[in-house]
Amino acid sequence: MTGLPILSIVTFLPLVGALVIGAFRIFGGPNFAGSASKSIAFVITLATFAASLVALAQFHPSQSGFQLVEDVPWFTGTSYKLGVDGMAILLIVLTTFLTPLCILASFKPIEDRVADYMIAFLVLETLMIGVFCALDLMLFYVFFEGGLIPMFIIIGIWGGKNRLYAAFKFFLYTLLGSLLLLAALIYMSNVAGTTDIVTLQRFPFDPHVQTWLWLAFFASFAVKLPMWPVHTWLPDAHVEAPTAGSVILAGVLLKMGGYGFLRFSLPMFPDASHLFQPLMFVLSVIAIVYASLVAFRQTDIKKLIAYSSVAHMGFVTLGIFSFTQMGIQGAIFQMLSHGVISGALFFCVGVIYDRMHTREIAFYGGLVHRMPIYAGLFMLFSMANVGLPGTSGFVGEILTMVGGFQASTWAAAGAALGVILSAVYMLTVYRRVVFGEMTNEKLSAIKDLTATEIFILGLLAISALVLGVAPSLIFDATAGSTADILAGIGK
Amino acid sequence: MDLMTDLHVALPDALLAAVGLVGLLLGAIGGDRISILMRLLSGVALAVAAVLAFQQVGQPSALAFNGLYQATPFTSFAKGVTYAMAAVALFMSGGFLKITKAERYEYSLLVVFSAMGAGVMLSAHNLITLYMGVETLSLASYVLAAFKRDSVRSAEAGLKYFVLGALASGLLLYGSSLIYGFAHGAGYDVIAQAPTSIGLTFGLVLLIVGLAFKASAAPFHVWVPDVYEGAPSTVVAYFSTAPKIAAVVVLANVMFTTFGPSQASWQGIIAIISAASMVIGAFGALAQNNIKRILAYSSISNVGFALIGVAAGEKFGASSVLVYMTIYVIATLGMFGAVLALRRNGAPLENISDLNGLAKTKPGMAFGLLMLTFSVAGIPPLAGFWGKVQVIQAGLHADMLWLVLIGLASSVVSLGYYLRIVWAVMMKPPGEALDRTDWPVATTVLATSVLMFPVLTIGIQRLLDVAVSAHVG
Repeated sequence: MTGLPILSIVTFLPLVGALVIGAFRIFGGPNFAGSASKSIAFVITLATFAASLVALAQFHPSQSGFQLVEDVPWFTGTSYKLGVDGMAILLIVLTTFLTPLCILASFKPIEDRVADYMIAFLVLETLMIGVFCALDLMLFYVFFEGGLIPMFIIIGIWGGKNRLYAAFKFFLYTLLGSLLLLAALIYMSNVAGTTDIVTLQRFPFDPHVQTWLWLAFFASFAVKLPMWPVHTWLPDAHVEAPTAGSVILAGVLLKMGGYGFLRFSLPMFPDASHLFQPLMFVLSVIAIVYASLVAFRQTDIKKLIAYSSVAHMGFVTLGIFSFTQMGIQGAIFQMLSHGVISGALFFCVGVIYDRMHTREIAFYGGLVHRMPIYAGLFMLFSMANVGLPGTSGFVGEILTMVGGFQASTWAAAGAALGVILSAVYMLTVYRRVVFGEMTNEKLSAIKDLTATEIFILGLLAISALVLGVAPSLIFDATAGSTADILAGIGK
Repeated sequence: MDLMTDLHVALPDALLAAVGLVGLLLGAIGGDRISILMRLLSGVALAVAAVLAFQQVGQPSALAFNGLYQATPFTSFAKGVTYAMAAVALFMSGGFLKITKAERYEYSLLVVFSAMGAGVMLSAHNLITLYMGVETLSLASYVLAAFKRDSVRSAEAGLKYFVLGALASGLLLYGSSLIYGFAHGAGYDVIAQAPTSIGLTFGLVLLIVGLAFKASAAPFHVWVPDVYEGAPSTVVAYFSTAPKIAAVVVLANVMFTTFGPSQASWQGIIAIISAASMVIGAFGALAQNNIKRILAYSSISNVGFALIGVAAGEKFGASSVLVYMTIYVIATLGMFGAVLALRRNGAPLENISDLNGLAKTKPGMAFGLLMLTFSVAGIPPLAGFWGKVQVIQAGLHADMLWLVLIGLASSVVSLGYYLRIVWAVMMKPPGEALDRTDWPVATTVLATSVLMFPVLTIGIQRLLDVAVSAHVG
């Protein structure tokens, strides 16, 4: 172990930034706080990204188990323990990669209460990173549920018209799920005498008890992921959230559900996981097919992408519960790839929303005549979302389906239907927004992407392509954690 | 046993009694002119008494006054918190009393007497002492509730509190007499050894009713919202903190010590009271618009949550009750500080819409209120969450999963109104400008909200250690 607690630095650097901005906000007067907080937030998130790359460099993909571990006693039975495996470090890098882009994209649209916004975002980043590197269940829970507060505030203050409803729904839905997780984790700590994740992963829980614990964890992660039928908060939250909020929501927060299944449900409750495999397959396939069909009928672009997220998360659960190496590798890959692609799609929606202040699909049409660069990039991300070979979307979908096929032919067949349906809705919306004649007069003055927007979308496009062409970059890193998970589940 | 040893055991309470009596004399001479001096005197006395009580936590249990009185670590801890809360509530009250023209010297003394009553009832080791303590606390509280005597609402609050409180005291007394008759004694140790009988159980039930009334647990909670709404806000800041923790801990203490052997006979009762309080507290507040009423229901709900720890029994629950209630009353005191700070053109405001845009007009105060609200709601990483974890842990140890699940469900429901506070503070546009906040109030809000922070979890660990060491016996 090196001298510097690199994971703590990555985790708490954004919080430090938030405190600095908060000090300005309270003592520096309102005028000062606005512009300064933008630059402070951007610099801090960039520094966090750099720090996470340092952590990535110190990480050895060839070793199994957790690395960069920091362990400080905290409460009785609970310790402040951080550590990462391949899956976690990649999700952390995804988080630190997306956050500066979100901050950058918020520079112009967020005019009101900028300092508060930046504080909320930085706190959120700390909590998200913490979720992925916590190696103590209680610590994990603190980060996991603490994330509700900043997200509630982001949706609530800078959201759309119906933000009250969306913010409350988001908060209460997620809280209900996570409180069951809390009860389960306290029970586990009572039984096992510790909340250390590594110990708990090896702790033999009674199979009957496992079933209940699994269900409690399921309640929390299924809401977070979200799975059908508890997905209904997501479209509302997405529609009302500001662009950057949607990006973080789809890009990172949803991944916590999949991460939770992989980190906790599978290794800790292997018997129950096997027991519930059919249920998870059924729910995954329903999510994929149903959400795709619903997406097709949407008139709001953001809602459409939100439903497409639900469908794509269906692939993740399908892969996870196939209990095969391919399926799990594919699920992790799909989470990372979806983080990039759905993030990019929400940015794309944000671009035209900032210009025209509507997300109605019918309002648009013929954008290609005025915004050729935008049309090109949007095309790339739409194709990636559909799963075109060469983009990262393809790798994740094919692997989860192959993994699913090894476990259940029917589940894979159902999921394959989803791939077709995703092409249907994605191509339709792309055609209606970008192609055709420009009939709406109001669109005639619309401008193409600014340099900042090209920068953001360009980076994401490169990421999607690199991941699609060279997926082994990811697989090398996640091979160890996949093997650990499979060993835990007993295959 | 000579008087000096007895007084030494009862030193915190004795100090307050002395200061209260001297204060009355001084007040009779000086009148309302010395009310500020009186507040200073009372505040210092309460703070010193709190320190003395906390010192007793480290010492073994001691009996005094021929077994009528006992200082145990468990009750001394609660006593320390009670006195400290009373001192801070007094510290905050100056500005409010001044603008509502209720600056009279009796105020501070009534707080001292009522806190002392809470202390005596905590340290009771005999039903007679218990009743004396309860009555001292209650009588002073009735007067405090009606302290703004020219205000109809305040007088109504006082009267309501008095009538219902007298009924509860009567039940308590009746229960005590039954217990006395069937156990052949009123001392806690005598009752603990008495064989179980139907009369004893009857007495126990009546005793629980009386104490649950004082702790404002459902279904004996009806007075709480009305009294909170009508009584002056400074008084409510005191009511909802110092006597609250005392009442809950007294209930716990009586159950654990006196009726410890017959746990099976009261566990179910406490569990049902607990469940009812949590549910009623959570749903009751949803439709309220007055912040004080909301906080009243919130306190009902939180007392219910703490009672999970009582129901879990001494072995698992004792320390969790202390930790939970301590964190809760600290946070509540801060929230009432924010209510006291809501003032426009010298008139106190108490509607939830008056909080609108606080984040813009008073960022520091808004930040404090948010942290306190989230803490009371039990959102990690704030202190209130750790209190909830302790209680849930106790409940699960005692195999009361159903109660824990009701508690969790009601937490989600209560989030509905906590989030309304957050919504008003953060998301609504501000109304007309508010008055400047007095520095004691601002200090209290900020200090209590800082105490909710996870960086200070070391503090929570310390609190836990102390609470665990504060064993009942």
